[in-house]
Amino acid sequence: MACGNFNRVDLSHTFDVLVVGGGNAALCAAITAQESGAKVLLLESAPFEFRGGNSRHTRNLRYLHESANDHLTGPYLEEEFWADLLAVTGGQTNEQLARHAIRESKNLGDWMRKRGVFFQPSMRGTLHLARTNAFFLGGGKAMMNAYYATAAKLGVTIIYGAEVRNLEICDGRFVSAEVALYNLPSKVRAKSVIVASGGFQANLEWLKESWGDAADNFLVRGTPYDRGVMLRALLDKGAKPVGDPSQGHCVAIDARAPKYDGGIVTRLDCVSFGIVVNKHARRFYDEGEDFWPKRYAIWGRLVAGQPDQIGYSIIDARSINLFMPSVFPPIEASSIDELASKLDLDPATLNETVSTFNQATRPGTFDSTVMDDCVTEGLEPRKSHWARPLDTPPFYGYPLRPGFTFTYLGVTVDKQARVVMQDDQPAANIFAAGEVMSGNILGKGYMAGLGLTIGTVFGRIAGKEAARYVKQ
Amino acid sequence: MSNNDLLKEAERVMTVCNACRYCEGFCAVFPAMELRRTFSTEDLKYLANLCHNCRGCYYACQYAPPHEFLLNVPKTLAELRLETYRESAWPGALKRIFGMNGLAVALITVLSVAVVLLLTLSLRGPAIFFGFHTGADSFYQVIPSLAMIVPFSLLGLFLLTSLGMGVNNLWRETGGKPEELLDFRAHLQAIKDVLRLRYLDGGGHGCNYPDDRFSMIRRYFHHSIFYGFMLCLASTTIAAAYDHVLSLPAPYPFWSLPVLLGTVGGIALMAGTAGMLYLKLKMDREPASSQSLGMDIAFTVLLFLTGFTGILLLLLRSTPFMGTLLAAHLGVVLSLFITMPYGKFLHAVYRYAALVRNAIEQSRN
Repeated sequence: MACGNFNRVDLSHTFDVLVVGGGNAALCAAITAQESGAKVLLLESAPFEFRGGNSRHTRNLRYLHESANDHLTGPYLEEEFWADLLAVTGGQTNEQLARHAIRESKNLGDWMRKRGVFFQPSMRGTLHLARTNAFFLGGGKAMMNAYYATAAKLGVTIIYGAEVRNLEICDGRFVSAEVALYNLPSKVRAKSVIVASGGFQANLEWLKESWGDAADNFLVRGTPYDRGVMLRALLDKGAKPVGDPSQGHCVAIDARAPKYDGGIVTRLDCVSFGIVVNKHARRFYDEGEDFWPKRYAIWGRLVAGQPDQIGYSIIDARSINLFMPSVFPPIEASSIDELASKLDLDPATLNETVSTFNQATRPGTFDSTVMDDCVTEGLEPRKSHWARPLDTPPFYGYPLRPGFTFTYLGVTVDKQARVVMQDDQPAANIFAAGEVMSGNILGKGYMAGLGLTIGTVFGRIAGKEAARYVKQ
Repeated sequence: MSNNDLLKEAERVMTVCNACRYCEGFCAVFPAMELRRTFSTEDLKYLANLCHNCRGCYYACQYAPPHEFLLNVPKTLAELRLETYRESAWPGALKRIFGMNGLAVALITVLSVAVVLLLTLSLRGPAIFFGFHTGADSFYQVIPSLAMIVPFSLLGLFLLTSLGMGVNNLWRETGGKPEELLDFRAHLQAIKDVLRLRYLDGGGHGCNYPDDRFSMIRRYFHHSIFYGFMLCLASTTIAAAYDHVLSLPAPYPFWSLPVLLGTVGGIALMAGTAGMLYLKLKMDREPASSQSLGMDIAFTVLLFLTGFTGILLLLLRSTPFMGTLLAAHLGVVLSLFITMPYGKFLHAVYRYAALVRNAIEQSRN
């Protein structure tokens, strides 16, 4: 099982539906297509142990529902969903497609439950999502385990370690795929293809096209297998692009995190309680602009804009217990001088930055749960909330790096999840689902659990439509 | 791994888990973990004993091997748990048994059966194994009443003392204060948790045995063992009362309370232990501690043998095999009594203590 039984799969056979990818969208597509009577081959480029793409790092999805249930505390209807989406994207969305996705997401939880996914009440610390988002018991990997078990039971042929490197497309029709099975080249024929193989955020060379050498210092929060090979192939073969190719969702995470796959535990929630300095020990942005959950998404880009793409969040003993514990221990020092030398910053400059900041803070009533009145005066950049002097040792430092989560560039699709080509005509037998097309709906910004909504909805649509195409 | 390394690894694992928390719906360990930001030695030993080994967190873990974080929560906690058994067991002189528990339990069992058989043989002569013995008092014709009562009473006393001292040690080792053990409501909650095996349900859908799929089967097998064991205990206690209070010595007719309870209990015990052994042999070994496998299997086999010899004795008590079977059954039970404070049985008392502790701290928060 660990490497897939590809030696027992007859690849000379023409499958009905080829699903490229192994995350949520791919599995939803494969399950739906197989349930609709098609014979499905699913090729996952990761080995068994790392199957599931970035879905293995997720933990909830957002879906339209008219009433509370055992894991959601109240209704979430189309207009509110749409308004939320409009707000985060600033209008960079396709309303028709977005509303279609929202409507199609109705009661997704029931569909998922029937395919083995379990839910739990909202997690502690994420109660603001309790009404809108459904949390999987055990998180995304448990969900993917359930989907893989369901797909296998239905008879989907699954091969791990199978990277699709190119697609043969003739006159806008998919013919075959070039596959590397643990680096052995093969050709796979199928009557239709569903591309659900994610974005390109793990492809540093590609990121460099927009970010330059700074990308060398980026950390990739998720799977190293999302290299955008299929996205590139589709775009090269005439698919119409969507979304800003130079943008990605990028948060500030602990610089000590692994290069890839660090996932949730590398997040740091301490920024708003102290100051953040760059490698020259200077502040560069208002750390207290808004609640952290609303602001963490901009800090990745902020740190990416600093020299050597590094920042340091500095707090003191009064704040150390105010945020979720993180995976790496803080760097601790009894004085600012000592902290500076431990962080490899210039002690004189850091002392100056801290004392200037401390002098600029105005007395207020500190309250981490509201936008409090602890502000700085006459300081540039100012800190507009939670600004308390850093004066209580020990002092703590956390190094920060940009952590890339996903990219926005994708292929355009229509309501049937068909890939739209440069001439604005949909390809008859090429479908896309998940991150490779989520830029149609989420052109900008971030919304918790929406990536999985898009993946599940369009995975199901693609599976159904591909099966229907094959039967014609 | 040395004790210190085990603690360090457990601390590392819990620190990663506490930054993730995706598994908090599975059991009591993660909500207890979330009450802490750092983990003392006492905390870790407590969490290790609170873990019911359902494995939900292993299969759900995005950081499980081969991920570079190499998180294996069930295995790490199982290894530390075994260490707490070793540390807390009383009297301390016998601790070394934990290093080769499977072998030790097997040897003690063989010896116990042999000793009972040989003693019976030498005291009563070979005829006792081949003759028919029926009617009231027939068991005592094989083994005299005092020869049963005195050793088992002494052993029972030793067992209770040993378990009591062990729990006391564990309670201290996991950071508990003596007066906290008097928290009546916490005991009530813990008893409820035990009777339902609440934390073997992995958040409502069971354990991940024998593979990554959720299944209630392990919980049902464990229920079968637990309630089977309790029925056997009830049967023995009632029989003792019949004998010593009502002066009605065994054997009893089939429809009597001791025999009915013992029969149902014995069958449940056999079914549950057989199922558990099947799961142990078939299970994915990755999330398991290889060091405790021998201990687990030895105890489960011993429980199976207790039920098996008991049922056999019942079925064949009017045949010439009765003498041999009675001696064998008593030998097995003797071994069970001897090894209980130095083996897998400890999980019953230590986990109960951890559940009491959990009830106390959850009611505070």
